Amino acid sequence: MSAVADTHAQEHHHGPAKGISRWLLTTNHKDIGTMYLMFSFTMFLLGGTMAMVIRAELFQPGLQIVQPEFFNQMTTMHGLIMVFGAVMPAFVGLANWMLPLMIGAPDMALPRMNNWSFWLLPCAFLILVSTLFMEGGAPNFGWTFYAPLSTTYGPPSTTFFIFAVHIMGISSIMGAINVIATILNLRAPGMTLMKMPLFVWTWLITAFLLIAVMPVLAGVVTMMLMDINFGTSFFDASGGGDPVLFQHVFWFFGHPEVYIMILPAFGAVSHIIPAFSRKPLFGYASMVYAVGAIALLSFIVWAHHMFTVGVPLAGQLFFMYATMLIAVPTGVKVFNWVATMFRGSLTFEAPMLFAVAFVILFTIGGFSGLMLAIAPADFQYHDTYFVVAHFHYVLVPGAIFGIFASAYFWLPKWTGHMYDETLAKTHFWLSFIGMNLAFFPMHFLGLAGMPRRIPDYALQFADFNMVSSIGAFMFGATQLLFLLIVIKCIRGGKEAAAKPWDGAEGLEWTVPSPAPYHTFATPPEVK
Amino acid sequence: MAENQTYYVPEQSKWPIVATVGLGVTLYGVASIMVNSNQGESTTASWVMFFIGALIMAYMLFGWFGNVIRESRAGLYSDQMDRSFRWGMSWFIFSEVMFFAAFFGALFYVRVFVVPWLGGEGDKGSSAMLWEGFSSAWPLVQNPNPEAYPGPSEVIGPWGLPLMNTILLVTSSFTITIAHHALKAGHRAKTKLWLGATLALAVVFLFVQGYEYMHAYQDLDLTLQSGIYGSTFFMLTGFHGAHVLLGSLMLTVMLVRIFKGHFTADNHFGFEAAAWYWHFVDVVWLGLFVFVYII
Repeated sequence: MSAVADTHAQEHHHGPAKGISRWLLTTNHKDIGTMYLMFSFTMFLLGGTMAMVIRAELFQPGLQIVQPEFFNQMTTMHGLIMVFGAVMPAFVGLANWMLPLMIGAPDMALPRMNNWSFWLLPCAFLILVSTLFMEGGAPNFGWTFYAPLSTTYGPPSTTFFIFAVHIMGISSIMGAINVIATILNLRAPGMTLMKMPLFVWTWLITAFLLIAVMPVLAGVVTMMLMDINFGTSFFDASGGGDPVLFQHVFWFFGHPEVYIMILPAFGAVSHIIPAFSRKPLFGYASMVYAVGAIALLSFIVWAHHMFTVGVPLAGQLFFMYATMLIAVPTGVKVFNWVATMFRGSLTFEAPMLFAVAFVILFTIGGFSGLMLAIAPADFQYHDTYFVVAHFHYVLVPGAIFGIFASAYFWLPKWTGHMYDETLAKTHFWLSFIGMNLAFFPMHFLGLAGMPRRIPDYALQFADFNMVSSIGAFMFGATQLLFLLIVIKCIRGGKEAAAKPWDGAEGLEWTVPSPAPYHTFATPPEVK
Repeated sequence: MAENQTYYVPEQSKWPIVATVGLGVTLYGVASIMVNSNQGESTTASWVMFFIGALIMAYMLFGWFGNVIRESRAGLYSDQMDRSFRWGMSWFIFSEVMFFAAFFGALFYVRVFVVPWLGGEGDKGSSAMLWEGFSSAWPLVQNPNPEAYPGPSEVIGPWGLPLMNTILLVTSSFTITIAHHALKAGHRAKTKLWLGATLALAVVFLFVQGYEYMHAYQDLDLTLQSGIYGSTFFMLTGFHGAHVLLGSLMLTVMLVRIFKGHFTADNHFGFEAAAWYWHFVDVVWLGLFVFVYII
């Protein structure tokens, strides 16, 4: 038995293995983080391509390019791929890379399970994307897959979609368990909870949300599976069930899910803004409590997605006020970010540009969310492009800009090289303009009554749709520039110092750039 | 101090990728069995796929857990590692709690809102117009549309087999605790006896539930297809039964390991994890007994 221990001790400080086995068999959090990020970007391009199809079809009124059936598959797959394939894995990738570095841990707590969490994702998306080539086509009922569209009227491939969601759920739950075990158990001596960097805090809370709601998603798709294949009547009123039941269970998952996609971005931005303001974060403790409050409130607001289905008045009032309460902790966060910048020595490198745009544009998305939270007004907005504008404003300049900001902020640590600042700023400005052109007109379209998820529309919506499509093409094409910047940065560039940003704080900047394959085998002491 | 020991970071492992392939093949197989049989096509190839996947999964489970057990017995795990396993298992059980919460939530929503509304309660007059003459009741034996969903002739009362199953499972929670105390005291023969007893109770539970299902299908017309009562009944008890089966497999592994001389008085987290899981399964059953059978 001791032979096992000895071999292990010798092997421990080896660098990465050679060839493909490095990636297939790895237990290294940095390798796994890299794979998550690459997978996420691949899915971002795939989901983005589908968005381009959607915007090309909507460029002009009338049917131009695709049939309505295929259009529906595109909107559905675009949403599913972006949510589960692009945004969530990107944050898990950032967590894998940065959490051990930030808390002084040798790796994630359960490294083999970590690798399984990652590899399940390509497997799940292989199944999901393969539905496009199945008889009857891919899922076509929207990413929210409401019953009975997805049960009684869904294509045969829905069953494959359900199992793909199950695999994604297993992956997320195991990833989240790993994150929690790492944060709670592997912090360096002296790093108390209230000394943890905010990205660690936000991920701790995100992981809790994941473990709490991904099983509920598994539950709701299982009920769908039973309705489709085994004759149960969960979502069929003629058997005593209710399609609205689907919406309740789905949104009990779905609302915390939207915070799962934004809280880690909150955390990252709370590192970036202080670094480029050269000031400590304003109100650390209130930031932590605000994230906690947002997470708790996220469990009691789900029915604001379904005001129009006939929720009783008392329910509408409750969910309306509970939703508005979320503006309070969110306001605390926005205030703190602004206060951090106030009288700071600001510079605007690419991470800061994305972070500042995040604060401004996410706030716009938050405000349109408040409008939607008002139950009587929501009867007007429901299922219009206003909703599309709202959630794209929180997801694109929120989640995605947060990811870009993080990527530029930590790329020097990952690769050992500085990225090309000019190209990165170009990437920012083109993304910023493209994204606003694409999504801002959707507010007006929605208020004027254009419904979402349609391939054709009335003539009075033509101008704004054309503007929106041009913005979307611009935003989409710009992302290829990001790919170029990252490849350039991996292959070379100015050598990065251990701490390339002079205002940055934290353990991750105490290790060399690029971070060695194994870091913190013995934990550092945190004062 | 645990902090001074190096935390064990395993070398490369093939098990995650084997597990991915296994799970992917298994579930793709299951999905194509369902889709093909719905469309009246042959399911042979799908079944073959499913079995291959299941074999890979079995190989992976033996290999991966075997790996962990060997490392643990080689003394590679520090106290800190032990805490990682404890957090991992605790949060896994929490995720299972939330999985059942979805089904319990569905049951409560159906009983409190859906069925009374279908019967015309509140200001939901429109649903009353859809199925005139439908009156709400629970257990729901007369569905809104009895042609599409013929209801059960009657449902299973709580005080027969379900009560017996309650007694079996609650007793098994005690027997496993006795086994755990015996293990901690170093009485291995006593541990084997009481763990064996727990397993026996679990097997009897599963047989009783199997008998109850046959009774429901053959005598009461209580099936998955008999409307929302059957749907929630079989969903909740069925997933619970599947978890009892999984828990029994865990207990079997623990019994085998004890016979092989594994575990010491103060190092037996595998056993404790299985015991935690067993208590969780027991608590879920108590919820089922109250909300599905009694109330």
